[in-house]
Amino acid sequence: MLGIFSDFASWFTYTILELSPETKLGDAVHFFIEDVSKIFVLLLFMIYVIALMRASLNVETVRDYLARKHRGVGYLMGSSFGAITPFCSCSSIPIFLGFTSAGIPVGITMAFLITSPLINEVAVLLLMSLLGWKFTVLYVVIGMAVGILGGLFLDAIKAERWLQSFAAKALERGQSQTQEPSNSVLKPKKLSIKERHQFAKTESFEIFGRVWKWVIVGVGLGAALHGFVPDGWIQEHLGDGQWWSVPAAVLLGIPLYSNATGVIPVMESLIVNGLPIGTTLAFCMSTVAASFPEFILLKQVMQWKLLATLFALLLVAFTLVGWLFNFFTPFL
Amino acid sequence: MKNIQVLGSGCAKCIKTAEIISETAQALSIDVNVIKETNPEVIMGYGVMSTPAVVIDEKLIHSGSVPQVSQVKEWLERE
Repeated sequence: MLGIFSDFASWFTYTILELSPETKLGDAVHFFIEDVSKIFVLLLFMIYVIALMRASLNVETVRDYLARKHRGVGYLMGSSFGAITPFCSCSSIPIFLGFTSAGIPVGITMAFLITSPLINEVAVLLLMSLLGWKFTVLYVVIGMAVGILGGLFLDAIKAERWLQSFAAKALERGQSQTQEPSNSVLKPKKLSIKERHQFAKTESFEIFGRVWKWVIVGVGLGAALHGFVPDGWIQEHLGDGQWWSVPAAVLLGIPLYSNATGVIPVMESLIVNGLPIGTTLAFCMSTVAASFPEFILLKQVMQWKLLATLFALLLVAFTLVGWLFNFFTPFL
Repeated sequence: MKNIQVLGSGCAKCIKTAEIISETAQALSIDVNVIKETNPEVIMGYGVMSTPAVVIDEKLIHSGSVPQVSQVKEWLERE
């Protein structure tokens, strides 16, 4: 079924643009057109379908649910909800405070917030179409594991000591009151099919409007790698055996700030060009989840000590992910 | 005069929300004072988790999206 995009790209590149399939340029342009057209169509269609299903899921419902949960399953649930709940990254501070003032432990809230940028429907969709389902499952499992273990660790070191004082007080208040959080002024209501359609339509256009340029940039970079980096160059210089290439990839990912949509097309090219899977994963997760703008926002609710801990935690986690995967790839 | 607060971290959607409210009020010649509230502590105080949110005369009436012009009209013409 996805072959039509390849045919379309061949027709456009070789017939309309009259490029030769033998040249580097022809190869790169073909790759670019095939991937962009495929991703655009899939995105519009799948975001709509997924949005139809989750129209009634929102952060308020998630909070009320997590607040009632036992701590043990809380981390798993927090991370799972982080993967499926839609929210704008500019809402992460209000969400953090909303969870906190409902008495949800900091670790569970952070499991939600760490997993959220790593896994979402757009990322999963892109991974499936570009890298196949095995890699997708792997990616989702690791993303959730980083969120869950990160959350457990933060609670184990009593990270709530290092919240800004108003947030710490809100947490204390939230944990001492036993009744249900009563501030849900705007109760979620049952949705009719028409309302679901309306939500899904708005959602697809909005997400598409936000991510299309990332797809172009990501695939463009991928195409450049594909056509112009000599075959075997990456394999030779950054391939197996260099232990330092993983932490280097993680560090390189920090100043590069992108969302999953932009990074995944680049991942495809890196892997095809012979960069080990672990190194690629480490680089991409670091680009998506550890970014300075996000951390500067978090400063409003966390003290430096906690911010630094969180940052170090993510870097160590992604480096470990990279090493483990490079080590286990031969057995997969 | 109505005191209107738009709650949010100052992202594009919050700015848009404040604009829509100001423009609609002007079109209806209703006197309003629109403030963008970015302090997380205040936002928490209203129990808001999805921004942008709208507070009119200390009462939370909307949360989670840029409101439609028709919604804004209804709020402004109330009472």
